[in-house]
Amino acid sequence: MSEDTATIGKSYFTPFNIIAGLIVIMGLVLTVIRFTGGLAATTNLSDYNPWGLWIGFDLLVGVALAAGGYVTSAAVYLFGMKKYHSAVRPAILTAFLGYALVVLALHYDVGRPWRLPYPFIVQQGTTSLLFEVGACVALYLMVLFIEFTPVPLEWLGFKHARNLVVKLTLLLTVFGVVLSTLHQSSLGALFLIAPSKLHPLWYSPYLPVYFFVSSIIAGLSMVIFESTLSFRFFKHKMDESHSAEKDTIALGFGKAASFVLAGYFIIKVIGISAGNQWHFLTTNYGLWYLVELLGFVALPCFFYAVGVRDKNVTLIKWTAFWTVIGVVINRFNVSMIAFNWHLPSSERYFPHWMEIGISVFIVTVGLIAFKFIVTRMPILYEHPEYKDAH
Amino acid sequence: MSISRRKFLGWLGAAGLSTTLSKAASAATTKHFTGYPDSVGVLFDNTRCIGCRKCEAGCNKVNELPAPDQSFDDLTVLAQQRRTTARAYTVVNRYDKVNHPKGPLYGKIQCNHCLEPACASACFVRAFDKTKIGAVTYDETVCVGCRYCMIACPFEIPTYEYYKALTPRVMKCTLCYPRISKGLLPGCVESCPTESLTYGKRRDLLRIARERIHRFPERYVDHIYGEHEMGGTSWLYLSAVPFREVGMREDLGVTPAPELTAGALSGVPIVVGMWPVLLTGIYAISKRKEKIASAEKEQAVTTAVEQAKAEAEAQLAEALAKAEEEKKKAIESEGQKALKEGDKPQAEEADKTETEEDS
Amino acid sequence: MESAIHTLHEFMFRTETITYLIIVAALFAITGFWLFLTGRDEE
Repeated sequence: MSEDTATIGKSYFTPFNIIAGLIVIMGLVLTVIRFTGGLAATTNLSDYNPWGLWIGFDLLVGVALAAGGYVTSAAVYLFGMKKYHSAVRPAILTAFLGYALVVLALHYDVGRPWRLPYPFIVQQGTTSLLFEVGACVALYLMVLFIEFTPVPLEWLGFKHARNLVVKLTLLLTVFGVVLSTLHQSSLGALFLIAPSKLHPLWYSPYLPVYFFVSSIIAGLSMVIFESTLSFRFFKHKMDESHSAEKDTIALGFGKAASFVLAGYFIIKVIGISAGNQWHFLTTNYGLWYLVELLGFVALPCFFYAVGVRDKNVTLIKWTAFWTVIGVVINRFNVSMIAFNWHLPSSERYFPHWMEIGISVFIVTVGLIAFKFIVTRMPILYEHPEYKDAH
Repeated sequence: MSISRRKFLGWLGAAGLSTTLSKAASAATTKHFTGYPDSVGVLFDNTRCIGCRKCEAGCNKVNELPAPDQSFDDLTVLAQQRRTTARAYTVVNRYDKVNHPKGPLYGKIQCNHCLEPACASACFVRAFDKTKIGAVTYDETVCVGCRYCMIACPFEIPTYEYYKALTPRVMKCTLCYPRISKGLLPGCVESCPTESLTYGKRRDLLRIARERIHRFPERYVDHIYGEHEMGGTSWLYLSAVPFREVGMREDLGVTPAPELTAGALSGVPIVVGMWPVLLTGIYAISKRKEKIASAEKEQAVTTAVEQAKAEAEAQLAEALAKAEEEKKKAIESEGQKALKEGDKPQAEEADKTETEEDS
Repeated sequence: MESAIHTLHEFMFRTETITYLIIVAALFAITGFWLFLTGRDEE
């Protein structure tokens, strides 16, 4: 693909730009429909199904897949794994864009988006886990923004300000991990209040723990997955250490993901046992649960291990992709597929094409922003003036 | 005199305050709450309901809701199972398949006004309020429209005005809060022609319900729905058949909604309190390891260099001494010629060892 | 002084509100304390 080489003197009508442009135009049209016709005009939401794709995908999946930010910065800055240093900036950038887009998506989903600050400035519903999620996501978005600022500051040449922010790295990292632990787990805890609606195989008092642990898995896998994509499409932007560390990162993060998946598998089984839900495993939902547990937890756990033992980076990359899909399936299960399982099929939810359209639009906006930043700012290479400055 | 008297009264007041405080605290520590003592509710008895939909009409009227698609006199709508909508706070359903000698039974659906409302617990702007009188009210002026209340409600009561672009509200029965505050009856209760609905203090309603079961055990199942479901509700139900047969879930349990999230919420401050300690600890350990590693490396390098130097010197001296000795020996035993030849390989050997040590 | 608490929801609302206030204060405090603790560290 050549669309990301410098566009000076070249046509702007590259395949990427054309497709992205069409999606953005569609997104803008759907946005107008959403805010003139209301949720009824654009979604299949109902009184039985108040949350759909925009919560299940844009919020739950978006936040889980943006976990690479806190996982990587914790590994490098707190656990002292400096050999993964080149993974930090891409991960922070993805996390920042991810959270920014989550907040953007919420503006489509809630009824009166301009009131989104109300829980903090008007009336605090402190008993709600959504309050906790909201507070943490808002704060973490700010933390990610500050963690990201050295990049544009280096790009613009503001040395002083850049060095000041870098000094805050430890504080920001600790703060980021605290906030991430809280809201990643609380997204799962949101469903604790509805034991009568979520299928018993997925409902568990351990839901917050499951969401937190699987966010680590998602974060590790996303870093591997992304570095694969970055290497493919932005190879010319990578400096030597980034290209060289790529495989080290895949092996190290793959090993970590494998072991975390193993732990995750154990606590999932314990959850079934603690709730005595074994008998559900023979039902249709049980079959689907086993697909998730064996196909998307146990299997990638094993493949990661084989990949790490054989130093097979290709296998690790494919496993990372598979694991990411698994996390998406898990979030869909909890928020949509296994939610409202007691209702007759006529009352069940399936997203309207416009809901999918908005979600695709938002992901596309993210890709455009990522491309814009990566092709201009020091993400995949170190700025020559700040080498070894960390 | 008057000043000291005022002071004395102040002290009394303070004493009174502290008593109230300690009372509140003791109420908190026992952690068993029974709801507002004089709160009201409604008892619905399905053995009396004739499915006339007058309650629906009454509700629609007093709440000034939009006119229904089909008139309230039209009973054909009962052929289908309905639920609350943004235009109907309450609906009546007919249950044909019940095992009841007098034919079908009817059920009435509306907000149950939980003693511990899940919607209120879930709302992140506190738009819902469990009022002292018993009604769970909704404040549209703060509602963001996240619809988490609808996720949380086990009875699937709150509805949403999805069709409104900019001012959608959550819609649900308010137990006619404005009316009951003025001493009037809720719209549905007032319009019920058969006394299927009884309005009163929840305490009294429970007594009435028990009395009916006691007096007519063959008429009712021995259960008051809402006495304990989800921690108890202000609406109470009596039924001639098991409640699941009239569309009411019997698997909700008795755990009040706030308790379901209490565990997760209590984890929050622990994470905030201990994570910084734990993470900074890990950071310190990794930093210290790094420091030790680099110090060890440095020392290893210097000692290695020194050792190599010393060894090389010693060997050189040894080799020189050896060479000297052999020289002497050679002088003693051989002639001048033989000495010259023997000196060469020995010197070479000494050179070799020296370079090996250095590398 | 308000009357006694009658619902678990009300109780949790009050305690959680205070908890959140403590949390915010604690984050600032522990950062400050860390600086105090390591203020005389060498290097």
